[in-house]
Amino acid sequence: MTAPKKRGMQTVVLNQPPVLTSWAAVVGPKEGEGPWASDFDWVLDDYNFGEKTWELAESKLMRETIKLAISKGNYQEEDIEVMLAGDLLNQIIATSFAAREFKMPLLGLYGACSTMAEALAVAAMLIDGGYFLKAVASACSHHHTAERQFRFPTEQGVQKTPSSQWTATASGAVVLDALGIGPRVTSITLGRVIDMGQTDASDMGSAMAPAAVHTIKTHFQDLQRPNDYYDLIVTGDLGKVGMALAEQLFVKDGLVPRPNYSDCGVLLFDHNQGVDSGGSGCGCSAAMLCGPLLKKMHEGQINRLLLVATGALMSPVSQFQGETIPAIAHAVAIENI
Amino acid sequence: MNATDKLHKIEIEEYEQLVKTVKPKPAVFVHCIWAFVVGGFICVIAQYMVNYMIMAGMSKQDAFTSTSVIMIFLGALLTGLGIYDEIGAKAGAGSIVPITGFANSIVAAAMEFKREGYVFGVGARIFSVAGPTLLFGFVVSVLIGLIKVFMNS
Repeated sequence: MTAPKKRGMQTVVLNQPPVLTSWAAVVGPKEGEGPWASDFDWVLDDYNFGEKTWELAESKLMRETIKLAISKGNYQEEDIEVMLAGDLLNQIIATSFAAREFKMPLLGLYGACSTMAEALAVAAMLIDGGYFLKAVASACSHHHTAERQFRFPTEQGVQKTPSSQWTATASGAVVLDALGIGPRVTSITLGRVIDMGQTDASDMGSAMAPAAVHTIKTHFQDLQRPNDYYDLIVTGDLGKVGMALAEQLFVKDGLVPRPNYSDCGVLLFDHNQGVDSGGSGCGCSAAMLCGPLLKKMHEGQINRLLLVATGALMSPVSQFQGETIPAIAHAVAIENI
Repeated sequence: MNATDKLHKIEIEEYEQLVKTVKPKPAVFVHCIWAFVVGGFICVIAQYMVNYMIMAGMSKQDAFTSTSVIMIFLGALLTGLGIYDEIGAKAGAGSIVPITGFANSIVAAAMEFKREGYVFGVGARIFSVAGPTLLFGFVVSVLIGLIKVFMNS
């Protein structure tokens, strides 16, 4: 016996697809200098956001983004029944601290940089399952909190490698509603953890590309869809290196003709912003989705979008212990129907 | 090892080859030139200080010690002003190897963890980057000291 809404190995379809009724994206100063500044709701002037620590600044970033998404949809805070969110910090404190000022229940999630897709997926399933009518999904990251947790103190004079990525200071939030007008989440492919033996912590793209391609391939197989079904398939934060690898893997795995494909990490910054391989972090795919991508869907320039947010599931401890980097990618299909 | 494990191992090796072809190589030659110029510049400044102090009548030993102290101060100051990390991003080893780089690694950690307080933040983590250099520096100094003792006896 298979579950009525499950298709193939890892995919579910939503019978009454939840609607993305409103969304908001807030980004840091560097992201505001990139190509999408006018598509974000708010570009911060500085990294502190009026708080005394970067962790609190990150937390405020998420809180304000969620508030903005709620108010943009003409909702009241009390209307939202559950919040699904996550970030990169230990014990996801940015999320928990953001939620302590809301009255809605919280389901905290950790999928590294794949969190936005994970949050969307769980929120959509909860709504389609009939458990809630309205939910908010969010993810955020902050450059300085991530640097100090995963790498070096920020004032340390270290040289970056060309494959390294810049953790975005960014946050995105979406309100999902059982009823309403807007693009809808129609199907979801949950990702498997894939480890291809990569160990270089300054090259996440190479670690995550196989997971992204595996999820995309499984999505097409499970739903028996042609490769050109989507107007755009966008991965989370593979960066230039990971994106180049993914394109090679598409060919290797028989995804020919190649789907219309891009990557949020490559898109988020201009190439002259000194970000090496591109952007990364939970906020990278969250802000790209809730900024430019959903705007383009709203305007009808994109009608079928597959968001494949990717996460590298390592920690500083596992790195020092010499472990390889496991990666995950969740795919969420968003369509104008 | 069973068949699936073997297959997975081959897959990983194949992928490793693919990564090698795609991954950009660091511009080693350019980095070396930057490191040489910036590292050399730091050393030239220090050498001028030593020469000046000796000319001014200081003993050689004192001149070296004072210069180290001044260079450490300058490294710390530039870190505090947020300049040293900009230099380091370009110069790499050129700004890490001199004593100013050592000062940078300690001050950067101190600044970073100040928000966790003076005991569990600064106190506990100030040497989180410089710690290994200190520890193994001490170990080597003890070993050299022991060698000297045996040679003299």
